[in-house]
Amino acid sequence: MAGLELLSDQGYRVDGRRAGELRKIQARMGVFAQADGSAYIEQGNTKALAVVYGPHEIRGSRARALPDRALVNCQYSSATFSTGERKRRPHGDRKSCEMGLQLRQTFEAAVLTQLHPRSQIDIYVQVLQADGGTYAACVNAATLAVLDAGIPMRDFVCACSAGFVDGTALADLSHVEEAAGGPQLALALLPSSGQIALLEMDARLHEDHLEQVLEAAAQAARDVHTLLDRVVRQHVQEASVLLGD
Amino acid sequence: MAAPAFEPGRQSDLLVKLNRLLERCLRNSKCIDTESLCVVAGEKVWQIRVDLHLLNHDGNIIDAASIAAIVALCHFRRPDVSVQGDEVTLYTLEERDPVPLSIHHMPICVSFAFFQQGTYLLVDPNEREERVMDGLLVIAMNKHREICTIQSSCGIMLLKDQVLRCSKIAGVKVAEITELIQKALENDQKVRKEGGKFGFAESIANQRITAFRMEKAPIDTSDVEEKAEEIISEAEPPSEVVSKPVLWTPGTAQIGEGIENSWGDLEDSEKEDEDEGGSDEAIILDSIKMDTGEVSNIGSQDAPIVLSDSEEEEMIILEPDKNRKKIRTQTISATQVKAPSKKPVKKRKKKRAAN
Repeated sequence: MAGLELLSDQGYRVDGRRAGELRKIQARMGVFAQADGSAYIEQGNTKALAVVYGPHEIRGSRARALPDRALVNCQYSSATFSTGERKRRPHGDRKSCEMGLQLRQTFEAAVLTQLHPRSQIDIYVQVLQADGGTYAACVNAATLAVLDAGIPMRDFVCACSAGFVDGTALADLSHVEEAAGGPQLALALLPSSGQIALLEMDARLHEDHLEQVLEAAAQAARDVHTLLDRVVRQHVQEASVLLGD
Repeated sequence: MAAPAFEPGRQSDLLVKLNRLLERCLRNSKCIDTESLCVVAGEKVWQIRVDLHLLNHDGNIIDAASIAAIVALCHFRRPDVSVQGDEVTLYTLEERDPVPLSIHHMPICVSFAFFQQGTYLLVDPNEREERVMDGLLVIAMNKHREICTIQSSCGIMLLKDQVLRCSKIAGVKVAEITELIQKALENDQKVRKEGGKFGFAESIANQRITAFRMEKAPIDTSDVEEKAEEIISEAEPPSEVVSKPVLWTPGTAQIGEGIENSWGDLEDSEKEDEDEGGSDEAIILDSIKMDTGEVSNIGSQDAPIVLSDSEEEEMIILEPDKNRKKIRTQTISATQVKAPSKKPVKKRKKKRAAN
């Protein structure tokens, strides 16, 4: 990747975007009939599918039931055809486990679990094509799916990735930008209150630039929120039209 | 091995988290120059592997693990290699001095525990604090104040300024720790050159026993005496407890009566039939029930002691006996125990004679 200019002199990135610009986002809710809630999101070329079952009775060991809140169970899976080279292990490898844990942590904080004691909410996320920002796409898809399932949440959970090149913070990294090895930050935000549900960063970034990158990611997450909000309203409108209200 | 809560062999969530964090911290931050590990381009390369064993868990294993890993990498020496054209010569440790890895920087993790939705922040939580914390934020930095990794876990809601504050604190801590590490590495090198003793055994301080040391918690003991007297005066006198062990046979002794069998409440009718059936076994339990204050009395009665000789009475059936209740209520007054206890025994005796 030597010699690839991530940010040109005129301020354009490899795919022609500006520094703070997001990729094109398209989302649909209610894609599956079986699941309680489902959603599909495309962020640029990254495609993620999320499915939610619940709240239902705890499967497996009853001992895991929490007496005062619901258990949130997340599984992340990346299709074997999602990356350039065929992926050997879609589940079970450490990276997938970690992603699952992070998703669980994010949604345990956002979903109002106190309303469903002793039950379980399952969130399954599948990445169909990974072109950078997979965690963000998964979180956004899962948020829409949880909303589609009608599970009450504190707020939307919007996520976006951010990077730092040549003194400028970039929002919503693509695979090329991620592979270049610069710092990458993944942020999951509850937009109304500005609270951070999950913050994860890799590679070296000087402390002084941290604020700038955080701000860029937060702004991008808020932009994603506007978009997702519009998607949800449109979906509800369509559904109410079909129901004949 | 590190803590009672850790089960062997299970790849738990904590393990995955720790592993991934360290991987990201060490690998993605490019602290080691991996290009220098190449021997022959496209063919031979050195593979470095870090194995971490946790020996004792007293909180904040992430920080300890990251320090251990990076110090181990700094301390490590690999065998020297020379390439001449197509020939690769690997020198043994005796032929040439081993070569250290080229390390760009030392990323060190600092953990912050959050309590009460972010009101309180503790650096380097110990085990007890970890158990009750709301969430954890881990920041890995190096001494040049470059952040290598940030990871928030356990779903706490953070605010941006909290994160920035933590990063400042982390910067200070990391500088201190890096200095400590440098000193330790220099010390070790010096000792090795001078021919002194070095190694794991030496690094454990000799004169300190750390296993049973507990921190003294400050307690106000000024009015202990008054409190104690108050409690004693208000309390009831303790009940008389006479504990005399009864030796039935060599190897079988008894102290006390045990808790009353409450199955008797449910099976009153059945009980009576079985009593009349004259099972000798019931005697055993009667006698057992009536003991404590009455060692001498029991000794004088033949029936209960005979049970050990008789072959018929080997099996003990725990049958609830209605008489037992009477005995139970009167155990406190030792004198009255005699009367009821004799009754059932005599009853049985007659039956046996009849049989």
